[in-house]
Amino acid sequence: MPAKQPGAPALDVNVLGLRCRECGEPEDLTATHVCSFCFGPLEPVYDTDAIAGRASRERVASGPSSLWRYGDFLPVLSADAAIRVDLGTGYSPLRPAPRLGAVLGLTDLWLKDDTRNPSGSFKDRVVTVAMSACRALGIGTIACASTGNLANAVSAHAAAVGMPAYVFIPHDLERGKVVGSAVYGANLVSVKGNYDEVNRLCAEVADAKGWGFVNVNLRPYYAEGSKSIGFEIVEQLGWRFPDHVIIPVASGSMLTKVEKAFHELRQYGLVDGDLPRISGAQATGCSPVAEAFERDSFDVKPQRPDTIARSLAIGNPADGYYALKSVANTGGVVGHVSDDEIVAGMRLLAETEGIFAETAGGVTVANLKRFVEDGAVTADERVVAVISGNGYKTIEAVEPYVGPTFEVTASLDDFEQQLASREG
Amino acid sequence: MPTVRIPTPLRKLTDGEAKVTVDGASVRAIVNGLEAAHPGMGERLLDEDGSLRRFVNVFVRDEDIRFQDGLDTSVGEDDVVSIVPAVAGG
Repeated sequence: MPAKQPGAPALDVNVLGLRCRECGEPEDLTATHVCSFCFGPLEPVYDTDAIAGRASRERVASGPSSLWRYGDFLPVLSADAAIRVDLGTGYSPLRPAPRLGAVLGLTDLWLKDDTRNPSGSFKDRVVTVAMSACRALGIGTIACASTGNLANAVSAHAAAVGMPAYVFIPHDLERGKVVGSAVYGANLVSVKGNYDEVNRLCAEVADAKGWGFVNVNLRPYYAEGSKSIGFEIVEQLGWRFPDHVIIPVASGSMLTKVEKAFHELRQYGLVDGDLPRISGAQATGCSPVAEAFERDSFDVKPQRPDTIARSLAIGNPADGYYALKSVANTGGVVGHVSDDEIVAGMRLLAETEGIFAETAGGVTVANLKRFVEDGAVTADERVVAVISGNGYKTIEAVEPYVGPTFEVTASLDDFEQQLASREG
Repeated sequence: MPTVRIPTPLRKLTDGEAKVTVDGASVRAIVNGLEAAHPGMGERLLDEDGSLRRFVNVFVRDEDIRFQDGLDTSVGEDDVVSIVPAVAGG
């Protein structure tokens, strides 16, 4: 395993406590996620002096080929390396995308290909960090509320470390995401309700059971895992910021944390220059953040989701407010696209770059197309689009539109005849 | 009387009780009743303008009050009011 590479730097405990992002109230370092005063989200308080004393590009480069190469900047609650979970998540390819760029009218487009994580989505990142924190805190059962990808990631990681898991999902998810959780032997709880209802149930189950819910009471650690996308983009571009990053928005956490990652790399002197613009991508059928952006407001109104982009179908996004702040801070935009455009985006990405992404990838590509058409993204910008999940999870979305080009008997004559009639 | 489900972060104010009963025919009246019975509850749920805080979700009859009439949402004698902190994405 990469984490056990000889010579990989050891990671020290780097978190001093938790603190409310809103009102600054301190909280103890436990499994808790909201400020007991104002309900604002809690975040880890890092030992920034210690981190500054050891952070360097060389130390990152000598780390494992996983997100733990940035372990100094992620919450480490135990110096015992055996506690850390590492299935090789992260450090995914950042690929130039000239063929997709040519279609969209962009000369310097890159794709952050997070379809290639162990369970096929970026959720492996947040689970790696949350489950490591969970074990360090001595909690024996892991759980989550999920639109599918997180359920897959929790189930896979729990299996690999032999931890009991309960994953809660809406009852009507895509088959790939249901099977892709159950196969790992997790306790799969199918809930008659949409994701926001699953979420509410899990907030109450977390209170009642004391399990480690990665996106409820372990959220302060979990959410930090998304920073690794930002760290990787900068390192993979040769320690440079891109001009613009396009990020799919469900809860808004990834977008917020990528901005935080860019700030931290600059703060610790690993990169300099202006922060990239960060823009968000939603589906029209669940677009509460885009709707607030259009109103020029930070007040996100909840919606009842109705879109094929199930992984982004969070009608009441917990970090929507902060995502809008990050977009405003960096001069980005937030857009939304129809289900037809999502399918077209999935197919375009597959046909031009050989990446089969799930619906969220279609959302990102289709929004980027619109941003170029609207002038929000200009032709010569260095753009990075985050492709967050694998297409084999949501084949239902494209299944009606693609299939065999020829149907032949096992005969050369038959094939040549059909080929000739098609070419003729 | 309506039942109010109290999340962990607020149970310091209810002597650890996960459920309390509070009289009131609207969410606003329930919040006022909670403040009277458990001082400190009001300022945790409402901001300086008297609006529901950004990160607090309140459900009546299993429905978010922002899909109903907000703080003016009616509450019946047998209804359950759930106070739920926001949860991260999934």
